[in-house]
Amino acid sequence: MTSPTITPYSSDLQAGRDGFAQLLRAEWTKFRTVRGWLIAMIIAALVTVGIGLLNHSSCGTVTPGGLTVGCSALVGPGGEAVTDSFYFVHQPLAGNGSITVRVSSLTGQSRGQAGLQPWSKAGIIIKASTRPGSAYAAMMVTAGHGVRMQYDYTGDIAGTPGAVSAASPRWLRLTRSGDTVTGYESADGTRWTTVGTVHLAGLPATVQAGLFAASPGSSQSTSQSISGGGAAGGIGLATAIFDHVSLPAQQAGGTWAGDDVGGNAGNGAAVGIGFHHAGGTFTVTGSGDIAPASADGGGTPIEQTLLGAFGGLIAVIVVAAMFMTAEYRRGLIRITLTASPRRGQVLAAKAVVIGSVTFIAGLAGSAAAVLLGERLLRSNGNYILPVSTLTEIRVIAGTAAVLAVAAVLALALGALLRSSAAAITAAITAIVLPYLFANTLAVLPAGAADWVLRVTPAAGFAIQQTLVQYPQVTASYTPANGYYPLAPWAGFAVLCGYAVLALGLAVILIRRRDA
Amino acid sequence: MSQALHADREKEKMSDAPPASWTSMREAMHAEWTKLRTVPGTIWLLLAVIALTAALGVVADAAAKCPSSGCGIDPARTSFTGIYLSQAIVAILAVLAISSEYSSGMIRATFTAMPRRTTVLAAKAVILTGQVLAAGTVAVLGSLLAGRLILPGHGFTAAHGYPPLSLGDGPVLRAAAGTVLYLALIALLSLGVATAVRDSAAAIGIVLGLLYLIPIIATAVNVPNWHRHLQQIAPMTAGLAIQATTGLRSLPISPWAGLGVLAAWAAAALLTGCLLLTLRDA
Repeated sequence: MTSPTITPYSSDLQAGRDGFAQLLRAEWTKFRTVRGWLIAMIIAALVTVGIGLLNHSSCGTVTPGGLTVGCSALVGPGGEAVTDSFYFVHQPLAGNGSITVRVSSLTGQSRGQAGLQPWSKAGIIIKASTRPGSAYAAMMVTAGHGVRMQYDYTGDIAGTPGAVSAASPRWLRLTRSGDTVTGYESADGTRWTTVGTVHLAGLPATVQAGLFAASPGSSQSTSQSISGGGAAGGIGLATAIFDHVSLPAQQAGGTWAGDDVGGNAGNGAAVGIGFHHAGGTFTVTGSGDIAPASADGGGTPIEQTLLGAFGGLIAVIVVAAMFMTAEYRRGLIRITLTASPRRGQVLAAKAVVIGSVTFIAGLAGSAAAVLLGERLLRSNGNYILPVSTLTEIRVIAGTAAVLAVAAVLALALGALLRSSAAAITAAITAIVLPYLFANTLAVLPAGAADWVLRVTPAAGFAIQQTLVQYPQVTASYTPANGYYPLAPWAGFAVLCGYAVLALGLAVILIRRRDA
Repeated sequence: MSQALHADREKEKMSDAPPASWTSMREAMHAEWTKLRTVPGTIWLLLAVIALTAALGVVADAAAKCPSSGCGIDPARTSFTGIYLSQAIVAILAVLAISSEYSSGMIRATFTAMPRRTTVLAAKAVILTGQVLAAGTVAVLGSLLAGRLILPGHGFTAAHGYPPLSLGDGPVLRAAAGTVLYLALIALLSLGVATAVRDSAAAIGIVLGLLYLIPIIATAVNVPNWHRHLQQIAPMTAGLAIQATTGLRSLPISPWAGLGVLAAWAAAALLTGCLLLTLRDA
């Protein structure tokens, strides 16, 4: 008996491809065909813009944080906002030349008591003009940071540490040659060491050279109150004693003029601001600071227009978590995993789809929020702290990226917890609540608030920051004032780390667990 | 003939029994209690409320420092910091109490068995409130104990104007009892929202948005009066005014009035939910 050969059946149809591209297409189709999710994404973008536009403070008002909304601000040679107020005893200096002094004392008072701020300073300065905001280079002694050479507000070069006194005076010298100014210091007036050489572009032929004194007001941040921390401060005064003053180019033929540059409301003489000249000894008392401006100096940073991103964030988290949990609720996950058994890839495809969609929606929302918000703030007479175009792009795209990464985090939490309510709550409390604690409610002391913004996913919002912390400026650099403890990209990396961790755990669990 | 007699007898029997709505409320409560009790998630969520409130309270106590008298820190508020987090857990519990019935289709069985929908919702509200009050009391007492033990070591001493936290102190008692009530009102607000929108994801998003988002928006509004008004009407900032024991003058709203604002929010949400529940198909 011979049995007939049976040819196994094979279909004429080509096997469909099942690469990652097909998975992406499948997930995109799932997302696009749920109308509620598309609407929620559009709402997320609109909320981001809408809340941002509420920010219509007019200039001169005081914010809940106790900061004054500035109507204008000084801009330094580098384009950044600066503060420039000090007492200046000066003479014109034509052409090249140098000025030399000996400082034998630096004393002062702050908050009505004797004492100096660490950055109280006095010394010699060569400045383009007496106009606040003009270019300068200065050699100075400070109360807590030794001899420094500072120039054009942001520049700061350290010299010899240690405080000045009658027993250990400091000799300071500045030499101008064309556009370069070189600073020297000496302990005895004979052996000089160079502290730094700086280039001041466009210094006029005749500059003002002379002695100065300045002391920033003390600021002490208070941490706890529901209406936000405030800064309580007082006027700071610094008094320095100079002798052996020499301006060789002029040979002291001219007269010394005193100016309260950027004067504080004209009541300088009442609190002792001014100078006294007797027998070659100068006593100069001044207040204020020559430094880049901090947030409490007036002016609105552009990230203020992006508070609406928190509203968008909540909508995005809801959609992203549902993108995963909806599969579990309706049993669709079993079909999904039957059709594409590589479970890790399914999750990756979902993450790519939700991340991309969120990034695009977030980009539209944050770009509109910043551009419209800036116009609105300007039309209300506010001064917006200047930033470079690159920084503005980083703030806008970074906000969209924060939303996208938060969406991926919420998706992963949805896969881990398999419950919409739990996943959404976990994502929102992990991202929004730490921000609320550290920045808005100020329920934590400043040190703890810094830690919260270092280790929680809320660190990601640091990417919105345009305010810069300068070590040579006395200011309350607290989260409540808009300063993050981490650099923009470092903070974003923390958020990304959480998302990657959650996604990795989700991949492991989705492989191990029954669907 | 005999049928009419039977009906008469039925009537007689019913007149002896307590009023029908009373019975159905008791039965509805019994049914809801069984449902909430036998879902394994409930007990874990309630335990999480207690654990998170106390744990975050301990962290906040440990971070707080009072170097000198008049440091302006409210010890009761510091001890109860955990509420900011555990209210979210309470919201999950309350949202799931109704939306899990919608997602599984169980709500149709519930309404077939008990057609008085308002009664069902009221029963859910009562059972939920009871559970949250019980868990909240334990959580608050735990936080208070932690504050009493930890805070004196961080400068909150009698010398700096801070007697140890005790329920015998009027403002502290108000803060503690008010915080428990706050949690219950958050549960009712969440239940109302979840009844109105039926979907757990949307409901939890709305509730957490109401709680956490309004204070953040308020910082954007720099016009002083508006800022204050937003703090007065926001369910979280107004409701948590009850926790204040120091600096009552600088509060945007007085403690009990603030809790009243939250109660108004909860009542509005429950009313909306109830209205939609009776008008819509299940």
